Amino acid sequence: MKNNNLQYRHLKEKFVFSILGLTLLAAVGILGLIIYFIFSKGIGVVDLEFLTQMPTNGMTEGGILPALLGSFYLVSGSILFAAPLGVFAAIYMTEYADKSKTLRMIRIGVNNLAGVPSVVFGLFGLSVFVKFFNFGVSILSGSLTLGIVILPTIIRASEEALMAVPDEYRHASLALGITKWETIKRVVLPASIPGIITGCILGVGRVAGETAPIIFTAATFYTANLPTSVFDEAMALPYHIYALVTAGTSPKQVPLAYGTAVVLLFLVISINLVATLIRNHYGRLND
Amino acid sequence: MMENETKTIEIKDLDFYYGDFQALENVTFDIPENKVTALIGPSGCGKSTFLRTINRMNDLIDGTRVDGDVIVEGDDIYKDEIDVVELRKEVGMVFQEPNPFPKSIYDNIAYGPRAHGITDTEKLDEIVENSLKHAALWDEVDDRLDQSAIGISGGQQQRLCIARALAVDPDILLMDEPTSALDPVATAKIEDLIDDLKEEYTIVIVTHSMQQAARISDYTAFFLMGEVIEHGPTQKIFEKPENQKTEDYITGRFG
Ligand SMILES: Nc1ncnc2c1ncn2[C@@H]1O[C@H](COP(=O)(O)OP(=O)(O)OP(=O)(O)O)[C@@H](O)[C@H]1O
Ligand SMILES: [Mg+2]
Repeated sequence: MKNNNLQYRHLKEKFVFSILGLTLLAAVGILGLIIYFIFSKGIGVVDLEFLTQMPTNGMTEGGILPALLGSFYLVSGSILFAAPLGVFAAIYMTEYADKSKTLRMIRIGVNNLAGVPSVVFGLFGLSVFVKFFNFGVSILSGSLTLGIVILPTIIRASEEALMAVPDEYRHASLALGITKWETIKRVVLPASIPGIITGCILGVGRVAGETAPIIFTAATFYTANLPTSVFDEAMALPYHIYALVTAGTSPKQVPLAYGTAVVLLFLVISINLVATLIRNHYGRLND
Repeated sequence: MMENETKTIEIKDLDFYYGDFQALENVTFDIPENKVTALIGPSGCGKSTFLRTINRMNDLIDGTRVDGDVIVEGDDIYKDEIDVVELRKEVGMVFQEPNPFPKSIYDNIAYGPRAHGITDTEKLDEIVENSLKHAALWDEVDDRLDQSAIGISGGQQQRLCIARALAVDPDILLMDEPTSALDPVATAKIEDLIDDLKEEYTIVIVTHSMQQAARISDYTAFFLMGEVIEHGPTQKIFEKPENQKTEDYITGRFG
């Protein structure tokens, strides 16, 4: 009887583990499938020219240079705006604000910001940056909107990195007669910078693929010229895919869309990989 | 500040509260200049709390409250016009666990002076060397100042922390069980060091070791449940204590 029971439990355990294994396999499998699907359909059109040339013939031929550059500008702009803001907000929340109800409310607010659908950010950007500040549909408006999209990611990553810094360091510094701000600048920030950078890079990875926030604020179907100022509108990789697929004027555009998707996917995966490497590297150093 | 160079600490009717919990009650005694004063007493009696009132490190804990006076070098440090940052420059602290920064040995020592605005490298070199010599660590690390301070032994780390505190040129050194994490050899080194340091610094040290208190201190204060039961020259406290409780504690009958 006892023996049977044990066998039954072993069997049950095996069964549960198999199920868990299968779900993991499914998750990895789906990811693999997506990558395979996109790459097999798109890799054929990706070459150096594809990356370095303007689209030609009504976007049925040529490359994706303006979309690549546009995405680069938008993402750089967003991080330039969101990184300092997010890091300072995190510093304020972890180091200065007393652990009060207000702080809890702010934290809940930030977390909810992360859950807002990105098209809502797009509308917000349209009414605030494009219309109210009169920046127009431009790289500037798009960058600011994307910046707001990644702000919660950056705040949370920075907060975690700051909270991981042991209080002993803060106490040691304060006990030397050093002001709080100097302490943060000289001890706390240096110790948390790997985590902060990782958070920013993950933010970049996320925002590079965002379409909805830039539809109304920055992106354009097609430009004949590369952007020359932050007030120009720009093409962007994710929106370019959308444009190619929905234009529907020529079947030649579909492979180009997949090619663009290959580039985008490659970029996002590389960015995330870099973030992971940085985190692992410093994680090991700290142990 | 600190015009009045008496360089002593006077504590008058000091009460301390963590929220509703009173951790110190009516503490009154003086700490003389250039002497070692030991704080002894059973765990939880308020020694660390008391030590942290002298450099106001308790300010960092939410919901704490102080009543009474702590007068450091003539200034009542709980009066409004006192600059806590200035106070902590004069009153250095060494913690129970060695807590060097994750920086090089050199940068650990130069940390305080740099933050206080010294940028001249020659001057910094001089401070680093002097502080390390003062802390009896120079000979052991002079060939690897650029190595991480995390990589040296616990005893060396603790002397590094002492050197780091000395580098900002305080008058008073507070030490909270500085040798409790160290082996006997490292402990002996720190005790020798404390003996040398009292020539120039006023030292207040918390210790759980009666032998250590007897070896290194000139004065001893015995704490019990937030009160100072007895205070006086170490020799007298250990040989002819006035209070029965002091005697019981010292002879190991409780605590
Ligand atoms: N941050 C805190 N919040 C609330 N109560 C505290 C805090 N720190 C200490 N206490 C309480 O105050 C009393 C005195 O603590 P303290 O750490 O000063 O004792 P101690 O004499 O240093 O003990 P030990 O020898 O174990 O280090 C204890 O009852 C302790 O529980
Ligand atoms: Mg203690």
